Amino acid sequence: MTTVASFNIDYLQYLTPNGELVGDKKPAIAADFEHLKSIYELMVLTRTFDAKAVALQRTGKLGTYASCLGHEAVHIGIGAAMQEADVFAPMYREYGAQFYRGVKLSEVLLYWGGDERGSDFSGPAHDFPWCVPIATQCTHAAGAALAFKLRGEKRAAVSVVGDGGSSKGDFLEAINAASAFQLPMVLMIVNNQWAISVPRKKQSQGRTLAQKGLAGGLPSIQVDGNDYIAVYTAVKAALKRAYEGKGASVIEAITYRLSDHTTADDASRYRPDDEVENAKQFEPIKRMRKYLTSQGQWNEQLENQLINTCKVEVDAAVEEYLNASQLSVADMFDHMYAEIPHDLAEQKAYAQAMEEKSNG
Amino acid sequence: MAKVTMVEAVTMALAHELEHDQDVVVLGEDVGINGGVFRATNGLAQRFGEDRVIDTPLAEAMIAGMTVGMATQGMKPVAEAQFMGFIFPMFEHIVCHAARMRNRTRGRLTCPLVIRAPYGGGIHAPEHHSESIEAMFAHTPGIKVVIPSSPSRAYGLLLAAIRSPDPVLFFEPKRVYHLNKEEVEDDGEEYPLDMCFVIREGTDVTLVTWGAMMKETIEAADALAKQGISAEIIDVATISPLDMDTIHESVAKTGRCVIIQEAAKHCSLSSEIAANLADQGLYDLHAPVKRVTGYDVVMPLFKLEKKYMPSVDRILDKVHQVLEVS
Repeated sequence: MTTVASFNIDYLQYLTPNGELVGDKKPAIAADFEHLKSIYELMVLTRTFDAKAVALQRTGKLGTYASCLGHEAVHIGIGAAMQEADVFAPMYREYGAQFYRGVKLSEVLLYWGGDERGSDFSGPAHDFPWCVPIATQCTHAAGAALAFKLRGEKRAAVSVVGDGGSSKGDFLEAINAASAFQLPMVLMIVNNQWAISVPRKKQSQGRTLAQKGLAGGLPSIQVDGNDYIAVYTAVKAALKRAYEGKGASVIEAITYRLSDHTTADDASRYRPDDEVENAKQFEPIKRMRKYLTSQGQWNEQLENQLINTCKVEVDAAVEEYLNASQLSVADMFDHMYAEIPHDLAEQKAYAQAMEEKSNG
Repeated sequence: MAKVTMVEAVTMALAHELEHDQDVVVLGEDVGINGGVFRATNGLAQRFGEDRVIDTPLAEAMIAGMTVGMATQGMKPVAEAQFMGFIFPMFEHIVCHAARMRNRTRGRLTCPLVIRAPYGGGIHAPEHHSESIEAMFAHTPGIKVVIPSSPSRAYGLLLAAIRSPDPVLFFEPKRVYHLNKEEVEDDGEEYPLDMCFVIREGTDVTLVTWGAMMKETIEAADALAKQGISAEIIDVATISPLDMDTIHESVAKTGRCVIIQEAAKHCSLSSEIAANLADQGLYDLHAPVKRVTGYDVVMPLFKLEKKYMPSVDRILDKVHQVLEVS
């Protein structure tokens, strides 16, 4: 018997949980402190926002909300590595990436507040909206990537699934498409160890989830998803490859969902508290602060200022969300088609008449 | 002007749009060098190149998902589902994404895509190749569902479908693919997607149908004519959105209506048309609306398929029932 192919999965980490920089070749970004400080600020803003959103849900001012607690490094790493012209195909909790790309905090609240206008967000108009049917965004990203390739544009598509989503057909079909068409695409797996109540080990016996990309012949690696520098570096390299016409990559970012799945979930039903407590020592914000502090780039005064500005910014976003204009009953009819069909126009007129009658 | 079959008319329309709009691409399984299993894309890859007429891996969800993705980024993809029986992996992308994208992004992203699928029975095909499930799609808001019944309408309606700013499901009755030839000018003239077509005018009864059942409906009307009964025939063509006005106008004239469909009866398009006539046209009717449909059974394999499908005799039986009411 001879070996016809063999594979390996590398793991990339630059910043240890203690905030120490490791590795032989340190990327230039590790010394770009202006950039890292702005990233740190966005991480803290995202976490402040997240806590506020959960509080809004608990007090009846927001619908079900999917928290991003603990995912700040991987989400913002994706957002920062991308160009504006690239297209982002998120699942539904990648707010950090989207804030980096210009989506407003209030727009995230609008969406979870039951208002479609949230998905008509600021930031790149070509980005996909939040995608609740798991992993379907992966084939959309593949389609976008094929469009870019056919038009000869130097752009790429980035999709995100979780560890649960990596079990779905659309993710695997997107890997296959990315391989068959050699698409400018990056398929991210944000492995936060839990798909609602099902742990990572029940999704697959595979040692890594990244290795699913190997089946399509795609370069596939694992990164420390709580290490911004590693995520940014890996995504940036994968995008460079995509722009150069060399095809797609798969990146599995290892992180941990510190929150419930959504505000409608109670993780204490299935997840041991000590596991969560243990995971907190690996979380992304603490290690970035330690690193910046150790490099003389951060201190308590800056931290206090940041906490204050984040609070002000989040409060302003909440205000904007709560003061959003009312939707009219007509709104649900007006965006169904480019031109409203005759019978739907009749339904709309009836709905409006009934509305006036009950208001009048 | 060329005399063409329906499948040739489909190819003509695809070629016309590939020629005139660089954003149009055709994709699917075997659509490239092979020209599609029914030859609907015959010669297109050779003429327009493999970047415009794209053979995909064998993965229907991927085809539909990528079609959605391409459409949101400014292309006009025309995907082929090889048979309607293979469309189910595409269902999620059609219902959860294509149909909703405009609404959920308030028009920021749209899905000007077409998914074509050959459908229906009567050609002795294997299992899963003969069903008629158009109502499943007509039930979904946000998409248009179009079914041609002749070469000229296949050409004009497919042009309109490709040019539509909204997603269109285009179901081609494969029994009609090679049934007859019609003169179709390749002039790029599209047909409207918001109206039924009155195929034959009549005064005594309105026969409403679409797709392959047009053949039996015309034969039934011919038989009725010999008996001195004048039947009006309506081809619904675009089943969603549904043009009830044309049907109501006809029924206001004839007072009697029989709806003929190949699909199973329960919760079907004929249910919707009959309900609409009861709601809006009851006082025009001299007799109850009758339906001639497939039975509510699994589409039988081909030994029994002829007995499943509405026949001329079954149509005449229902027509005589509505004519007997005075």
